[in-house]
Order: sequence, then structure tokens, then C-alpha cells
Amino acid sequence: MATIKLEIVTPEAKTYSDDVDMVTLSGTEGEMGILPQHMPLMTQLVAGEIIAKKGLETIFLAVGDGFVQVTGERVAILTDMAILAENIDEAKAEEARQRAEARLAEKITEEEAASAGAALAHSLAQLKVKRRQR
Amino acid sequence: MPSTRDIRRRIKSVKNTAQITKAMQMVAAAKMRKAQQAALVGRPYADLMNAILAEAGPRIASFKHPLMEIREVKKRALIVVSSDRGLCGGLNSNLFREVVKLDKGSTYVYVTAGRKASQFVARTKRQLAAEFTYKDAPSFAEARAISKFAQDLFLKGEADAVDILFTQFVSTLVQQPKTIPFLPVGKISAVTAGVNAPQPELPSSGVRTDSFEFEPDEKSVLSELLPHSLNFQVHQILLEAKASEHSSRMVAMKNATDNAKQLIKDLTLEYNKLRQSNITKELLEIASAQMAVG
Repeated sequence: MATIKLEIVTPEAKTYSDDVDMVTLSGTEGEMGILPQHMPLMTQLVAGEIIAKKGLETIFLAVGDGFVQVTGERVAILTDMAILAENIDEAKAEEARQRAEARLAEKITEEEAASAGAALAHSLAQLKVKRRQR
Repeated sequence: MPSTRDIRRRIKSVKNTAQITKAMQMVAAAKMRKAQQAALVGRPYADLMNAILAEAGPRIASFKHPLMEIREVKKRALIVVSSDRGLCGGLNSNLFREVVKLDKGSTYVYVTAGRKASQFVARTKRQLAAEFTYKDAPSFAEARAISKFAQDLFLKGEADAVDILFTQFVSTLVQQPKTIPFLPVGKISAVTAGVNAPQPELPSSGVRTDSFEFEPDEKSVLSELLPHSLNFQVHQILLEAKASEHSSRMVAMKNATDNAKQLIKDLTLEYNKLRQSNITKELLEIASAQMAVG
């Protein structure tokens, strides 16, 4: 069976790079599944989860906002955060969520609001992935 | 001829200098490791971003983003990224030599990052549009401020092309001043800071006909992607510049320490020679005095 190369890169590291059978991710237009030989596509990624199927294995990742480019043989994902499900620290994510919510509730500048919003989206994505595991 | 006391005093002062340069070397070495790390981990992201832009660029058919507009170049702006402090070898002077080479008639408008660059621009009476600073660990927000300003310059028509000059980090011993085009986009996207970044060619004419879907559409994807990629590019450049600065300072300070040590050795030798000849002289005097008495 054909596979597609999934590459997830953040400014801090190359988080994931492997050949997989299928990738499910959430774009601005909703969730989409990408199979090998998908037509070339360029879209924005919203914070959420990425599910990659590889054989019998299923890999869950929490990701932040970013961009996705699909060519026939490759899914390239640029995002500001990507964490494998098993590396998520739920307590920390919960704490981060509360901190971000508290910051958003205060009166802050647009710039700060944007960064707090991103932090909130990050923590929510992590929590979502983590809680689904159970 | 200097007295032994003079030499002793000099040795002491050189020793103090060596101590300081040694300490600075240590500090720079520690910072260097961190900065190099930061610069290197950012490269895959930058490279992938380039690859994506290069892939998508030629396929953009119906929509022209204002940041991609190619105008006749009447006014150029140059972003110069230098260090804040000196004592880092030839880093900044190499950079500024490049500026002088580029801008023979002082026709550029300057945006500076780092104190040395703004001092240089002011000293040579060039036109300074804005000065920015960035910390030891450059944050994305700092990069965004610079990138935003440059984009505004371009969009308002105050500059028809923006270049960026920085010191590219190659290795601890080698750093190169490098100029890359920043705006308008079509030209940029290719080169980011990564040394081995593939240089994707953007065919200027002709749109690739094979289909490439944009979701929801070209406009909304591009108007997010382009500013973000520019911001990120500046961020990566700041990281590279920092890595270069600390590497260069580390090497400069190591040389200074080595030189000071050599100097101490030479001075000590001279000091001992002088001391010995003084003792010999005194012995002679005693001996001759005794002979005169006896």
C-alpha cells in the first residue's frame, strides 16, 4: 500500500517525520483526512489534533496554528507547537489553560491578546488529545 | 631602561587584562552554545517554509498579494542586523564594510537592529528610518516588530525594495556578512538563513498549470502565510546574528587571552634577566669594594 510522508516541523524542532498511511488534521474548513496521492493542496491549520495512521499503529499529536501543504507524496506541516500525545503533561496543560484564560480576561493590548489566545489554543489542543486517549 | 618595578607593574596590569578577557571568553562560550543551538534548530522550519513557498509560488494564478508587488525600484531600504556591544572581533566592521559597498551614494533608508548598527548609520550620516533592539535570546515578538515595520515601509511605498544585511553563522570560526532580498516577496522566499537551504527557483513568468488547491482560497492562505514567513525569516536572521556575535566574541576573547599570556611570558623573561643582571652588578660592587678595603 502506498504511503505518504508526514513531516511536522516547529521552530524548535522537527517533531515528526515518517511515512504513514493516512493523516487526519483540522484545517480552517474543518477536519480533513489525507491519503496518499491526495491532490496538491495548501491550507491553514487550526490548533487541534493530528491523527496519523501507520499500519496498526495510530499516532496522536497536539498542534498549534500553522500551515499545511500537501503534495502527492508529502504532507508538510508548519506549526508553532507540536507534541506527541504521550509527551503531554495534562496538569501542566490545564494550568496553562487557566493562566491563558485569566490573561485574556484582563484588559490587554491586541498583541498580548493574540499571544494569550495562541497559548490558550495550545493548551486546549493538548487537553483534547490527552482526554481522548482515555 | 625600565626598572624591575616598572616591569612588575606591567605584568600585573597585563594579568588583570587577561583575567577579564578570560572571563568574557567563558561567558561568550556559554552563550555561544545556546545561541548556536537556537539558530540551528530553527533551520529545518525555515527550510521547509521555503520549500512550501517555492512550491506554491509559481502556482498562484488569480491573486496578487500586495507584498508581492514588483515595482520599479527607486527607493531601497536596508535592514542591518548588528550586535549591541563591541569586543567581538571584526564582526561589525565586516558588516559595515558591506554596507558601504552596497550603498555608495547613500541612497538607502536604514532600519537597524542592534546598537552598533544604529551608531554606524548615525555616524556616517545615513538616513535612519527606525532602530530596533533585540535581546540575547531574540523573541518572536521582537522579530515581528522589525518585519512589520519593513512591510509597512514597503506597503506605503516608502521603499520599493527591502534588503536585509546580517551576519550568517557558518561555524564557530566563520561568520559571513550576507545580504538577502526581503521584499517584495516573489524574489525573497528563496533564501533564508539556513546555509544549506535549497535555493528554489521561482520562475518569474508563467504559471504552472497543474492544479494546486488552496483552501479556503489563495487570498486568505497567502495573506496569513506571507507575513508569517517574513516574520519568521527575520526571527531566524536574528538568531543567526546572535550566534555569530557570540562565536565571534568568544574567538576574539580567546585570542586576546592568548596574546596576554604570551606577553606575560615575555615580560617575565625580561624581568628575570633584569633582576639577574642587577644582582650580578651588586655582587661585583661588593667584591670590588672588599678588594679596595683589603
